[in-house]
Amino acid sequence: MISSLTAEKLACVRGERRVFTDLVFRVAAGEALVVEGANGAGKTSLLRLIAGFLTPASGAIVLNTDKGAINDGEERGHYTGWLGHQDAIKPQLSVGEQLEFFARLYGVQGTVLPVLERVGIARQRELPCRYLSAGQKKRLGLARLLLSGRGLWLLDEPFAALDTAGRGLAADLMRSHCSAGGMVIAATHDPLGLGARVLRLEAA
Amino acid sequence: MSGPFVSLLMRDLKLAGRSGGSAALALAFFALVATLVPLGVGADLRLLARIAGGVLWVGAVLAALLSLDRLYQGDFDDGSLDVIALSPLSLEQVALAKLLAHWFSTGLPLTLLSPLLALLFGLPGPGTWALFLSLLIGTPAVSAVGAIGASLTLSLKRGGLILPLIILPLLAPAVIFGAGAVTAALDHLSNGALGLLSAFSLAAVLLSPFAAAACVRLNLAG
Repeated sequence: MISSLTAEKLACVRGERRVFTDLVFRVAAGEALVVEGANGAGKTSLLRLIAGFLTPASGAIVLNTDKGAINDGEERGHYTGWLGHQDAIKPQLSVGEQLEFFARLYGVQGTVLPVLERVGIARQRELPCRYLSAGQKKRLGLARLLLSGRGLWLLDEPFAALDTAGRGLAADLMRSHCSAGGMVIAATHDPLGLGARVLRLEAA
Repeated sequence: MSGPFVSLLMRDLKLAGRSGGSAALALAFFALVATLVPLGVGADLRLLARIAGGVLWVGAVLAALLSLDRLYQGDFDDGSLDVIALSPLSLEQVALAKLLAHWFSTGLPLTLLSPLLALLFGLPGPGTWALFLSLLIGTPAVSAVGAIGASLTLSLKRGGLILPLIILPLLAPAVIFGAGAVTAALDHLSNGALGLLSAFSLAAVLLSPFAAAACVRLNLAG
């Protein structure tokens, strides 16, 4: 279980450019944080920093868990569920195969059907992913997130390509994740409707 | 960790076998090269038997190259690599799974096909056996060295073009020892080529996952 995530005087440098500096925030379990900012303000970079793909130029990200504080990026990745703006879907695999692969990869046993039903693409289970619409791919991404069982959700534009019902579904999933003691950090321009705090990134 | 590891291995094998996959492509390329050379060289069976080892080894390396550029690039381009990187597997384990998947879908089928293609060169029994053995021992090294190159170039748009320039020089020992083993068998000599090839292959397979994981780390941060 995770209890909180803190960023201490975080700075990010991409290429020669300082994206942001002295970023400080704290998210507790059960909370959602919305990251806002203009294009290029570093929303995706911040998410990739938290996931451990990038290392901060200075400062630190600390994830507090029941097993102690975690500073290491790759170790933090083991608590992280990732929904990027790329869909991570193979056109050759069927929806069921794709999700089953993710489940086994994350060490989750059992059937994936209930999760497919939850996100509303159970009927497409046998369908090759190349025939999915962008919104259905996003729903498959949400299913992957649900299955992963990870506490810290990092979402990059979670509402992109989703229809109204899909947006409602995504917000519902985030809400129930938070009330189950999870943590959500989402980069988005849409209101989450979760009463989430907002972190605004300004260009450095 | 066997569950996640096996699932990644099986998925890569499945993708290699499906449409757009590279397993059949590499086999067909290998067979075509091996068919064209005797047509070009002519029906001098003595000459063909002498060059069989070298030609088939080069053919196998080039065929394996065809499928290498997608080893990491496909997963990088569609974001799968991000999701895989956050899995319980370490990136070294991911690299080993991908190396094995490449060998099972390319190196092993090429090896199994080679005795058939050796017929086209009139390669005698001992030579064919040496070719088969040398490919069986040496193709894992091709996958291993290739995986390093593939992970290094995974974020380049035309990485497939620069990949051969990086890895072909590194594979020279495999071709030299592999083809050398075949020639030695033809002359009824023992020259230790298979032993050296085994050493090269073992070292490549052991080191490759660490090098490839470091390259993936670098590219994910890019």
